[in-house]
Order: sequence, then C-alpha cells, then structure tokens
Amino acid sequence: MNTQDIAIRFSELNSYQGFNFDCQLIPGDTDVLQIVVSDYEEIPVYISITETQILCISYLWSEDEVVQEKRGAMMELMLEINIPMPLSSFSKIGDKYVIFGALMANSSFDDVVHEIITLAENSVEAISAMTDYLK
Amino acid sequence: MSILNKILTAFRGGAREVGEAIVDANGTRIFEQEIHDSREHLKKAKHDLTDVMAKQMQTTREVNRLKESVNEHEGYAVQALNKGDEALALEIAEKIASMDADLSQQEGALTTYSGHVERLKELVRKTERQIKDYERQLSMVKTTESVQKATAAITDNFAGSNSRLLGAKESLERIQKKQLDFDDRLKAAEQLQDETADKSLEDKMQAAGIGETKDTAASILERLKKK
Repeated sequence: MNTQDIAIRFSELNSYQGFNFDCQLIPGDTDVLQIVVSDYEEIPVYISITETQILCISYLWSEDEVVQEKRGAMMELMLEINIPMPLSSFSKIGDKYVIFGALMANSSFDDVVHEIITLAENSVEAISAMTDYLK
Repeated sequence: MSILNKILTAFRGGAREVGEAIVDANGTRIFEQEIHDSREHLKKAKHDLTDVMAKQMQTTREVNRLKESVNEHEGYAVQALNKGDEALALEIAEKIASMDADLSQQEGALTTYSGHVERLKELVRKTERQIKDYERQLSMVKTTESVQKATAAITDNFAGSNSRLLGAKESLERIQKKQLDFDDRLKAAEQLQDETADKSLEDKMQAAGIGETKDTAASILERLKKK
C-alpha cells in the first residue's frame, strides 16, 4: 500500500468503531499523510511509508516543554512504559519526543486504521502520565 | 563501521538537523549496487549448484550401475571357472577389470561433485545472509532519512499554514475537556431517557388507577360533598 492508496481508503471510510477521520496529504520530499482522529484533533497521526514499513508517528512534546531537572527521570519512565504500552513506542526526532508504531509494508488497511486509533489513544495516555515532567 | 554507528555519528555530528542526509546519496547508491551484485552472485551460484547436483545424481546412478555390473560379472566368472572354461573366465575377468577402472574414475568424479555441492550450498547460504544484512542496513538508512524528510515536511506545513503545534499539556487539556463534554452529554441523555421512562410508567399506572391518582373535578366535588 502506498500513501495515495491509504489516503483514498481513509477518504472513503466514514466511521470506524465510532471514530471519524480527516485525512490530508502533506507534500514534500517524502509523502506524508496527516490523519486527524475525531476527539483527538490536537494530536494528529502522521503516516509515511518506506520500502519495508509503514510508520505512524505522533508528536508529543518538544525539548523546550520538558522540565530540565526532571529530564533524566522522564526518559527512564518512558523507557519503562515502552513495553506495557500496547503497539506503540517512544522515540525522539530532532528536538521532538514522539510516539510511533511501525507496521509491515504489506499490512492491511484495517491494521493501519487500528494502529492510528491506538496511537491517538496512547498519545493522550502518555502525555497525561508525563504531565509532572512537562512545563 | 556498522550502519547504526554511522547513523549515531551523523546524529551527534549535527546531522540531527532535519532534512540533512545521514549517509550521502552516493553511499546509498553504492549500497544498492552491492545488493544488486550479491543478488547476481546468488543467481549464478544457485544455477551452478543445480548443474552440479544434476551431475552428482547422474554419477551416483552410474556408480551404482557399475557396482552391480561388476558383481554380476564376478558371478559369471565363477560359473565359467566351475565349468572349467578358463578362457571364458579370463575374458570375463578382463571385462571386470575395465569396469573397475571405470568405477574408480566415476567414484572420483562423484567425490569431486559432492565437494562442489557442499561448497556451493555454503556460498548460497552466505550470500543470502549477506543480502539480508545489506537490505536491513539499507532499510535503516532509508527509514532514518524518510523520518527526517517527513518531519521536515510536517514542520514546513505548520510554518506555512500559520497554525502552530500546541504544547502537549494544552492539547491534553483540550482533549480531556472534549471527553468530559461528551461524558456530560451522555449523562444528560441518560437522565433524560430515565425521566421519560418514569413518566411513561406513571402514565400507565394512572390509566390503570394504580398509585397516586390525579384529582379530577368529579372526585373533588365528591370530597366537598362529604364535608
């Protein structure tokens, strides 16, 4: 599945498990798809596709939002909850902390949708678990 | 240096700036060329392997045939000797000698082919593993670059649209507020439903004359008359 295929499928999808989706293609060197899940509009999920995997990423917070003295403790906690958190993992891109899920390149559209919903829900869970470490 | 180390070095060396190439395009191309070459080697090795395996099978059959034939002729020679036909026995023995020579030649070839098969199988295994390894490393480079490009595209998009990325806490508050609003609406709806259900039950009871019955003009008049 390529970015266009996923975009088309999302635009045809009216509702899934009570969620609605807004899908927008962001042009650039690499095609990126922005998916906004209803009720989670503030934390969009971004999809980009490589030869081997479908990457779904949400941006959580940037370095300047972190309470600097608690930075080490926050990172340790993020490592610790990486496994218990279903299907998603933490990472960092540049100065931004992110949550992501990687799917095999040949995953079905249903897998992608499920991943997106899980990622949106996990994002909120993660931020709410980490508020003590954020400004 | 492993690819992961290269990526780490690139990150530390300031290539963490979004959009900067981790391994230059030329490096990626060389990698892809190596994968392509290894695939070609693999194809050739597999082709050679099937050739040699076919020869190995043919030679095995020939060796077995010769062995059987030698056995058979040894029997004939014994029979000839038993019949006292020394000349015939000698002729048969000569044939056996020539077959023995053939046999040892074929057995020699079989050993060589078997050795080839082993070596080629090992080569195929190693090449396949090598290709997998190259592909895994290439995928690391490509994924890193893709993520950086994606981030650049997203950042540009936000900068262009004048909208800004909300702070994490702000986003959380908004989402939680929406959820709370939704919960409130749900509760309100449930309450409303409960009230409607109560009301219709009351109506039914009233109709059946059960429970608190409403005063009607007639019943009030009745009561007043009793005073």
